[in-house]
Amino acid sequence: MNAFWIILTGSLVATCCSLLGCFLILRRMAMVGDAISHAVLPGIVIAFLFTGARDTVPMLIGAGLLGVLTTFLIEFFHRFARVQADAAIGVTFTWLFAIGIILISVFAGQVDLDQDCVLYGEIAYVPLDLIITEGGLSLGPRTVWMLVVVTFLIGLFIVLGYKELFLTTFDPAFAAAIGISTTLWYYLLMGAVSLTTVASFESVGAILVVAFLVAPPATAYLLTDDFKTMLGISVLLGIIASFAGYYLAVWLDGSIAGAIATVTGIEFLLAFLFSPSQGRLRRQKRVQTVGH
Amino acid sequence: MILQVENPVVEVHDLTVSYERKPVLWGIDLTLPAGALVGVIGPNGAGKSTLIKAMMDLLPVSSGYVRIFDQPLKQVYSRISYVPQRESVDWDFPASVFDVVLMGRYGQLGLFKRPRKADKDAAMEALEKVGMQSFANRQISQLSGGQQQRVFLARALAQNADVYFMDEPFAGVDIATETAIIQLLRQMRDQGKTVIVVHHDLQSASEYFDWVVLLNMRLVASGPTEQVLNQELLEQTYGGKLTLLSKVGDLLRKQEFPAREKS
Repeated sequence: MNAFWIILTGSLVATCCSLLGCFLILRRMAMVGDAISHAVLPGIVIAFLFTGARDTVPMLIGAGLLGVLTTFLIEFFHRFARVQADAAIGVTFTWLFAIGIILISVFAGQVDLDQDCVLYGEIAYVPLDLIITEGGLSLGPRTVWMLVVVTFLIGLFIVLGYKELFLTTFDPAFAAAIGISTTLWYYLLMGAVSLTTVASFESVGAILVVAFLVAPPATAYLLTDDFKTMLGISVLLGIIASFAGYYLAVWLDGSIAGAIATVTGIEFLLAFLFSPSQGRLRRQKRVQTVGH
Repeated sequence: MILQVENPVVEVHDLTVSYERKPVLWGIDLTLPAGALVGVIGPNGAGKSTLIKAMMDLLPVSSGYVRIFDQPLKQVYSRISYVPQRESVDWDFPASVFDVVLMGRYGQLGLFKRPRKADKDAAMEALEKVGMQSFANRQISQLSGGQQQRVFLARALAQNADVYFMDEPFAGVDIATETAIIQLLRQMRDQGKTVIVVHHDLQSASEYFDWVVLLNMRLVASGPTEQVLNQELLEQTYGGKLTLLSKVGDLLRKQEFPAREKS
């Protein structure tokens, strides 16, 4: 049963991250996902200090606000301070993450959080924190329920906003010219990334979130020319990685999050080598046959 | 020579646009007539693209305002379409030709609505107009420059707007595409649409456009082509740019001995 809950948790995180990641990589903003996943830390700590408990909703709000603040700061430094986009991302998120670390260490006595947990997560503990009804019936882990809700919200956001997200990603100037606000959809997308990050961070950690945001979409990009197919493939790849990563970790007796992230990397490598349209090996073969 | 018209389609009043406090357009006062094929012409860096982007409110303006159909832009989005520069998007994007053309319908659809059959028919019809119907399912990365331009044009046509802004639609396209595009633009004008085109080739300008806007950071001239494209105004626009002055020479020679009939 524990294996089931762990794999389900991994798959739910993978689904949210892969869907949003497809938009991020096509906007050349994959590293903004990285930035948000780290920069939400002070938001979580502050929410914790205010409420004094590890409640989900205040944490989601605190982290969501910090996520949007991060994207705003990145835009601000890039546009008005005329710093390169990647430099703006680097400065912003390391600074916010560092503030989070200081807050944790200063209020260590009061805050039931630690840095390792934030970075690496502990997906193996997911099945321990169960929701148990008054009658003593177990409804399954708290984290899984929260992730089910978040996955549903992200799915709904992408289905309802599909054409706006698609258009503002492909051609923002045309979108603006026909009256679709690029700023609004940019911040909605970033809000969704913040929500996903904070919902996933305590179970899987920031590193696996970044892996899921970038690797499955990048792999799917190599495998298809159609955007909807790309969304589907990247979700599938994320779920496969959750399964394979779990059993790899059991076999190695190692970190589950680490193993899952490793599998996403292996998937990318395989696609890079063997993709029917973009694969290195196929392409070389094709060039040779044309050449002779 | 700046001619203002009655009941203009586009009215630009005292428009100034700056990039980082450096003005790129200064005090532009301009009106454009309905049903005209308008060429915006000037040397590199004259602010041609900036002018049409500012007209569509894609850039922050330092002063002035733009009205289209005598209304603020926000109320007439559905009547405006835009053909951006081809290089402004990533053509390796995972999308088909049809996906891109269908985007022309998104503005009218509104939030949460999916494209219906009528929208798909309109997109297909637009593809037929540019002669690309057999490419509908083609991945956009497989298109040539001319085909990319036709796809962008089809997307704007699918919108069925009344005013079209086009940024260098003839840049880097083959002759067949250039001819096809100009024929299409003339048809649109004959249907009463207004087409505003950023263009950098002086030689074809006199042949293509009914109305010409000469621009070099300031508005040099705006009026019917035959009244605007003369040596004095061209020198004012291109003044000091020697390579371009030779083009002006070519143009004037052509005016004396017209090689082609004007259609």
